Amino acid sequence: MEFRSAADVATRLGETGYLCDDALATVTFLALGMRRPLLLEGEPGTGKTALAEAIAQTLDLPLIRLQCYEGIDATQALYDWDFPRQILHLRALEASGGVDAEQAEKSLYDERFLLARPVLAALRQAPAVLLVDEVDRADDEFEAFLLEVLSTYQVSIPEFGTVTAETPPVVLLTSNRTRELHDALKRRCLYHWIDHPGLEREIEIVRSRAPEVSAALNRQVVTVVQTLRDADLQKPPGVAETLDWARALHLLGVAALDLESAAATVGALVKYREDAEKVRHALDRLLTA
Amino acid sequence: MTELSAFADATRPARPGEEILLGFTVALRAAGVAVTHDRAQAYLEAVALAGIANARAAYYAGRATLCGSPADLERYDQVYEAYFDPRAGLPRRRQAPPGVPTASTSILPESEAGGAGEADDEEIVRARASAAEVLRQRDIATLTANEKARLAEMFATLSVRPPLRRSGRLRPWHRGSLDASRTLRASLRRMGEPARLEFRRRALRARPVVLLVDVSGSMSSYADALLRLAHRLGTSGGPVETFALGTRLTRLTRALAARDAERALIAAGETVPDWSGGTRLGETLQAFVDRWGRRGLARGAVVVVFSDGWERGDASLLAEQMARLHRIAHSVVWVNPHRGKANYEPVQLGIRAVLPHVDAFVAGHSLAAFAELLDVISRA
Repeated sequence: MEFRSAADVATRLGETGYLCDDALATVTFLALGMRRPLLLEGEPGTGKTALAEAIAQTLDLPLIRLQCYEGIDATQALYDWDFPRQILHLRALEASGGVDAEQAEKSLYDERFLLARPVLAALRQAPAVLLVDEVDRADDEFEAFLLEVLSTYQVSIPEFGTVTAETPPVVLLTSNRTRELHDALKRRCLYHWIDHPGLEREIEIVRSRAPEVSAALNRQVVTVVQTLRDADLQKPPGVAETLDWARALHLLGVAALDLESAAATVGALVKYREDAEKVRHALDRLLTA
Repeated sequence: MTELSAFADATRPARPGEEILLGFTVALRAAGVAVTHDRAQAYLEAVALAGIANARAAYYAGRATLCGSPADLERYDQVYEAYFDPRAGLPRRRQAPPGVPTASTSILPESEAGGAGEADDEEIVRARASAAEVLRQRDIATLTANEKARLAEMFATLSVRPPLRRSGRLRPWHRGSLDASRTLRASLRRMGEPARLEFRRRALRARPVVLLVDVSGSMSSYADALLRLAHRLGTSGGPVETFALGTRLTRLTRALAARDAERALIAAGETVPDWSGGTRLGETLQAFVDRWGRRGLARGAVVVVFSDGWERGDASLLAEQMARLHRIAHSVVWVNPHRGKANYEPVQLGIRAVLPHVDAFVAGHSLAAFAELLDVISRA
């Protein structure tokens, strides 16, 4: 069930199609071993979210995902009471008549009226993998609250009691670094910066995730993408874009990259008009060279 | 990094592994990485788990437990190289003493800092304070290199409050509009008795600030100070975007994101291709509005332009672009270093062209003027 070593992590994640390098394998192993959350930062499209999916699949645990956004608060992350049902329940009690007030109140805060949001769900279902995605999008107040949960792995609900995870969930936090996270939160976590993969590794990734793409096309596509990452683009393409592009070219029945098909599919690779123009120029140079 | 090596099978006189590792954290702290006690503890735990015999794993364990940002990772690698012998994974024999003196935060000149008798202390403190005050008021263009270095440290004393706007989010408040859900919730707690009304109002959020810094030749004596100001603003909470205006437009936000001001300024210097070149203010502004501003960067933002408005030839394009920018932005502040000088008259064509399209026209030639500017921005 658990991983035995960093090499074991690499092999078993590799079986699910997630290829990670030494550093990431070691950090993942440590995070699981030390029961600490793992904070992953890096450019979009470097496989931060995919790692959580791969871990969940490998360990055969449910993946519970909390997508952060501006304005998210505890009722959306932790728990909420099912308000309409509580009212209905009260009305039903009233209609049946002759209820003890104290009893009625007690019955209101029963487990069946509790709506478990991702964090609470992860604690109750543990062992599980909890993915807190794009935590940099949430406000800083939310971080403080997250910190509290992550340091004790328990949530106290005033009307209900304390919910503690029997085994702490595997927690992964991802951030695109649109803002600096608070130090206190970072200190709780193991930190890893995911870089874009190198040429050979990215070719391997495309081979394992999109096996239908021919080897020659795969190498060409990845070479172009790697060059483009050094060009001054507004949004350099991530691995996800590489995969999209390779699949798009494959769908068009392209065996080897040429200017025409590349120009037709460039929308899979870059999402800014200015970038698309730059890519066309770069392709011109790369393919004629 | 080395493949396999051991602390354990060292032939040298053994030091306890923990001591070696903790020594490393001390060196790392001296290099500017904020290693706290609990982080050091996590490091020991992680190394123990990864296996102390595996230098590579121990290296990754340190990266994961002691670092918190890409800048930290960079420093970690440097210190690691220096501390551990890359061939054996053991600490080097002759290490730099861990207690490397940290950068002085004093704003005082060296000559004043030493050699004072105790009796004169108060006098000297007062003299220093007034020297700093004079420096605050001085025109930056007239400072010597030494004075500029002292002024650079004083930027930390500027207090920055980002401008605020109302957000779409509602927050509980003691008055405002009725918060139905909280009122109902409160009544439920009292068995359905509506005992108390709850209210809410729109929350406040930091309004984005966009800084456009003219780095052309005529502004070169202020460029360093302006970028320092941009860095100070950018690292103080609210969203701040910085661009350099020269013969072309350069985005500096990423370069200035480093927490350390010196590093950020070096990065910015490397990013800008046309320091002290000419200006094509109208065209670069157009590039900004087209590429960034219109798309949302300047929408609802406080846009601050640092420039003397020196435009060769026709200023009609500049006026046109400023008008566009003014329509998009929440407010536009024009900062002209010459404004602060005695007998200043806005006579240049460029300045006359932009004045109808700015909300505030302020000086920016000294630290004191910067403090006033920050005030203008926070109230915008």
